[in-house]
Amino acid sequence: MTVSAHEGEKPKARSRFKLDVRTLGPAAALILLCIVGFALNPAFLSEGNVINLLTRSAFIGIIAIGATFVITAGGIDLSVGSMAAVIAGVMIIAMNSAVESMGTGVPTILLGCGLSLILGIGAGWLNGVMTTRGKIEAFIVTLGTMGIYRSLVTYFANGGTLALDFDIRNTYRPVYYDSFFGLPVPVWVFAVVAIAGWVLLNRTAFGRYCMAIGSNEAVARYSAINVDRVKTMTYVIQGLCVSLATIIYVPRLGSASSTTGVLWELEAIAAVIIGGTILKGGYGRIGGTVIGALILTAIGNILNLTDIISNYLNGAMQGVIIIAAVWLQRGDFSRFRRAKK
Amino acid sequence: MSDRTAGADSVLAAERVSKSFGEVPVLFSVDFDVRAGEVHALVGENGAGKSTLMKILSGLEQPTSGTLRLDGEAQALPADGKSEALGIVVIHQELNLAEHLTVSESIFLGRELSRYGFLDRKAMRTEALRILDLLHVQIDPDARIESLPVADKQMVEIAKAISRDARILVMDEPTAVLSQTESEALFEQIERLRAKGVAIVFISHKLDEVKRLADRVTVLRDGQLIATVDAADLTADAIAQMMVGRELSNLYPPKKEPDVDAPVVLSVRGLRAGKSKHDISFDLKRGEILGFSGLIGSGRTAALEAVVGLEPMFAGEVKYDGVPTRFANIKAAVQAGIVYMTKDRKGKGLLLNTGLTPNLTLLTLWDHVKGGFLNRNSEEDAMDKSVRRFDIRARDDSVNVGQLSGGNQQKLLLGKVMEANPRVIIIDEPTRGIDVGTKQQIYHIVAALAAEGASVIVISSEMQEIIGLCHRVLVMRDGRITGMLEGTEIAEGEIMRYAAGLKENEVHDRLSA
Repeated sequence: MTVSAHEGEKPKARSRFKLDVRTLGPAAALILLCIVGFALNPAFLSEGNVINLLTRSAFIGIIAIGATFVITAGGIDLSVGSMAAVIAGVMIIAMNSAVESMGTGVPTILLGCGLSLILGIGAGWLNGVMTTRGKIEAFIVTLGTMGIYRSLVTYFANGGTLALDFDIRNTYRPVYYDSFFGLPVPVWVFAVVAIAGWVLLNRTAFGRYCMAIGSNEAVARYSAINVDRVKTMTYVIQGLCVSLATIIYVPRLGSASSTTGVLWELEAIAAVIIGGTILKGGYGRIGGTVIGALILTAIGNILNLTDIISNYLNGAMQGVIIIAAVWLQRGDFSRFRRAKK
Repeated sequence: MSDRTAGADSVLAAERVSKSFGEVPVLFSVDFDVRAGEVHALVGENGAGKSTLMKILSGLEQPTSGTLRLDGEAQALPADGKSEALGIVVIHQELNLAEHLTVSESIFLGRELSRYGFLDRKAMRTEALRILDLLHVQIDPDARIESLPVADKQMVEIAKAISRDARILVMDEPTAVLSQTESEALFEQIERLRAKGVAIVFISHKLDEVKRLADRVTVLRDGQLIATVDAADLTADAIAQMMVGRELSNLYPPKKEPDVDAPVVLSVRGLRAGKSKHDISFDLKRGEILGFSGLIGSGRTAALEAVVGLEPMFAGEVKYDGVPTRFANIKAAVQAGIVYMTKDRKGKGLLLNTGLTPNLTLLTLWDHVKGGFLNRNSEEDAMDKSVRRFDIRARDDSVNVGQLSGGNQQKLLLGKVMEANPRVIIIDEPTRGIDVGTKQQIYHIVAALAAEGASVIVISSEMQEIIGLCHRVLVMRDGRITGMLEGTEIAEGEIMRYAAGLKENEVHDRLSA
């Protein structure tokens, strides 16, 4: 008896560019959304609106790229919205109080940005250490820090609003409002973070380790991977992304309050999931996350441009899209079909 | 070949059943039937189609073509495990227990006893206790499943099936994780069920068990029915030959003893690890295959995991090439040239939902990093080499590891640890749940590694494997080494005496000699 064909065959030549349904699905959804948007109001695809859409998606997008790492490695970070708020608050307080000694120029803003980076990385590291060394579930740890940060910003603002000094605001303003080669600065930051994130996740050992840990932590441990360090690093990356998003967010409104960044964590997680990353870990897609962030922003934008559905239903629309996206991504309809038969 | 298939007395019969997954055929027009009051063994190499046939018999998969007859009547079995209602109960190789439930809750899962609308915990507990007693196992019905060793979990699965009054019981390698005593208790139960008229389909790689239990044996190879014969007419050897379709004269390679003056590569003194209160000491020479025998739970895995830094080491000294060393973590051990291949390939060895190449290179990913970035070409070269060296067979490179047969998974896992170019290889249960053909390949690979100057530690609960493969054997019992055997002393009876605590020798004297 000879070995049958399917067992004896050598693995076929490897194709480098596989069609990835999980990445194509969200892209198709975004295109569909654009067509719908254009049909409802041609202004949707005007240059001004597209740039506006990209700029607005930058905050959630940057945070969501950090979240892609956390989720791919099997974690979750619920604290990002509150973290952004408290970082924004501390930045504003620090810059305002530096006005007297340092003036209202670029150094003061650099001080604020530096502080933001330190706070973001530190907060991420804290989340990471508590989940890994402390062996507390990420959901619990970040639920806790979410509450702590939210209440801290309310306390700093004394229940009101922290406003950035008017002169600094003028100096800082270009970081959000100015353009560079036709695209606003936030879009560039988003693009750079996305590319760096993609390279890190797909082309480095670190990214591979994230996927391995999210897929099966025990296997990762037996494969000589320092699981705790890699997991902590994902939270540090998340913190760094929050800090970058905050740096470009503060000049937009020039203020922070207890309502800053509310529900950003859910939008970020939603962008990640819509993009095809698996919530329980082991598989992450940065490109998908970028598209996910764009889809979420586009929904709100389309509702703003048309009167068919009330803008107040923005959250409902996003919810429907999230559920539909995950259902479609499962890509396994055979069971469904068989059940029908 | 039997032509009595689908006879009048068969309870469940498959006639000319074929199955394809997509375009890949896995079963070709197979006939199979099981009668009331018989044990029908289903054997074949991994990938022969046993599991698929089993799933078809229990309704988990629908055949692409062919007929299923239950009590002589053609009918399609309901999917999603609903065939339990028809009296068909399956015990899967991968245990299907909810880890957080207690033993008695697990046994009655889905058909809880109740009184006045509330759960009757007391009745369930009593009944669970009765069934466990029948099986001669001492498991606390209130213990949580997660706290039980694998063997006990298996017994709970079996208790669950027995409590369900199965008419047709399908068992997929039920003894793979059981010790000798536990297997014996299981066989008693199987015989009791057979006497009660239950039709039993028994899938196993252990041919001595098949020979002992089965009334009839069906051999599958590459998805085709090779033969259905009365077990009495066959020797275990003849069954093995039918499974692989070639002579299996040399399952074990010839032993090439290490040189008498071969240097000691790894020396362990006074090691204390795991739950054990005893010290463990042993030497491993260059080119040697050292066996760790003993019953399941005798502390072998814990001891060797501590040596490579996977588990904490509470006391003791490790010398590597004569230099005192303590590996802080597995990475340090791997970089020093010591690798450990886990027995739990699905839980700790391989990422099942990931492709072959990322799995192969995961342990040694740092070798494929160039200027901070992963070099995919070098990863793929490594994969090509391993496919050739270890004969890893996959349909194509897009499959996930979880879709490979157990034998191919094991060869991939071996390839993964060998990527580190180790000088010391610790293999825990090298052939658990894999077919004879792959076993033979793995034995030859291990022997070749030793012949090339590597040192190998084989932990195995399969006595034949220890005897056929190892130059020297240490027997462990209750967390300590009770005996050391060399050369012609290595024999089943002798190992068993040490493992069971009937005999003990002064290992430490002989070590220093």
